[in-house]
Amino acid sequence: MPVFSVSIYQCRASSTYNSTDMDFFSLLYYRFKKVWKAIRLYLVIAGPGLVVMIADNDAGGITTYAATGAKYGYHLIWFLLLLIPVAYYVQEMTVRLGAVTKRGHAEAIFESFGAFWGWFSLIDLMFVDWLTLVTEFVGMTAALSIFGVPAWITVVLVVLLMSIIILNGRYWTWEKIALGFCLLNLIYIPAAFMVNPSVSSILGQGLIPNLPGGFNNELFFLLMANIGTTIAPWMLFFQQSSVVDKGLQEKDINMGKLDTLIGSIITVVVAIFIVIVTGTLLNGAPIDDAATAARMLMKTNHYVGAFMAIGLFDAGLLGAICISLASSWAFGEIFGWAHSLNTKVKEAPWFYISFFLTLATAGIVPLIPGAPLVLITLFVQVVAVTLLPAALVFLILLLNDKKTMGEYANTPLQNTVSVIIVVLIIVLSTLYGVSALFPNLFQ
Amino acid sequence: MRMLKQFRSKIREINQRYGKPKIEMSKGVKFSLAVLRIYLFVLVLLMIYKFITVL
Repeated sequence: MPVFSVSIYQCRASSTYNSTDMDFFSLLYYRFKKVWKAIRLYLVIAGPGLVVMIADNDAGGITTYAATGAKYGYHLIWFLLLLIPVAYYVQEMTVRLGAVTKRGHAEAIFESFGAFWGWFSLIDLMFVDWLTLVTEFVGMTAALSIFGVPAWITVVLVVLLMSIIILNGRYWTWEKIALGFCLLNLIYIPAAFMVNPSVSSILGQGLIPNLPGGFNNELFFLLMANIGTTIAPWMLFFQQSSVVDKGLQEKDINMGKLDTLIGSIITVVVAIFIVIVTGTLLNGAPIDDAATAARMLMKTNHYVGAFMAIGLFDAGLLGAICISLASSWAFGEIFGWAHSLNTKVKEAPWFYISFFLTLATAGIVPLIPGAPLVLITLFVQVVAVTLLPAALVFLILLLNDKKTMGEYANTPLQNTVSVIIVVLIIVLSTLYGVSALFPNLFQ
Repeated sequence: MRMLKQFRSKIREINQRYGKPKIEMSKGVKFSLAVLRIYLFVLVLLMIYKFITVL
């Protein structure tokens, strides 16, 4: 009897153990499947947010970060970290707007605010995009000139490469190629490890908010430049049109927002690594542009300098890919042309012609001997200041239009955060633009 | 010439299509647009001043 009893207990104990064991593994498998499904869904939806945010580190952006590191070492890393929520809150609004209205930003402005504000935004966008595109070509030609590539070859190669990418007739392929270039943008991370920076200095100097040398004009100008490179008018137009072209729906908004958040973190992380590179090797050196920084870095560490130059070229290319598309999408939306990357050239000739014309005309400018490149860079800052506040104000007003946005309209909390961010951006970018017009005004 | 005419008629069509703003013109919207107009007006004046003084 006792023997029998024991065996029953043993059996019961063993079966209980097996059942718990199976429950545990089933639960683990179920959780894994759920997470894997979410990851796969993210990978399908990811794209617009990542591309726009990483492309935000364009040639001008790389120059600003390189100059920040060279001038103030690691001291302004905390400020760059503050730009993550700034970039995220502004850009995620375009995701909601695009997914709900199925319209690009230009079309949304025309429809909601009428032809006057629509034309103002479209013409301004055309100017600012074209001028920014010129600066991207300047960055790309300067980067490849470090490796002995003549400027005209760079321009021809870039126009050819971008035409091939665009002409494949599928949004999905274009996006994956663009994501490949985004991956190359991470080249600054190994570069930073190669310069052996002092981690304790980075943490000690960089993460505690401080204003090196006190608040002065030079510091103020650099802080404004950092904000200016984080939010640019083309980004709003690009991401919204991209969300529409990709066909994101209301149910995809959360993933689209996650995509934007990851993108904004990556863009700031890359910026921080650039600051670490120049802050370690070029601290105190006068840096006017990223190509100069790459040349100077090459003297200290050849590979780091080469990485800097490759990163600069990639940044210019990514910027050019997005900026030229932002213009073509906006034109297509207003003029009623077919304007999707999913269309062939025959189906959307004007979309591709406008893309190619914007690209080719901007590419020619750096090849013109004695072209006023400094004036163009100045103009970008000034013209952007006329468009950015308008585009941001329209964005907030559109996100508050409950009739159109329904449950996706801004909540009071979202309004408070985004209004504070937008007002700050407008004030600082205006001061930046005005100081570009009148350099002695704030001295 | 024909292309120019087509372009002009297209612009006219766009102006007609988007002639009337669709957004509800609440006090907040009207105020924001008025402030934006003043802001842009001042900015354009500054640019013109700069242009004249540079010349």
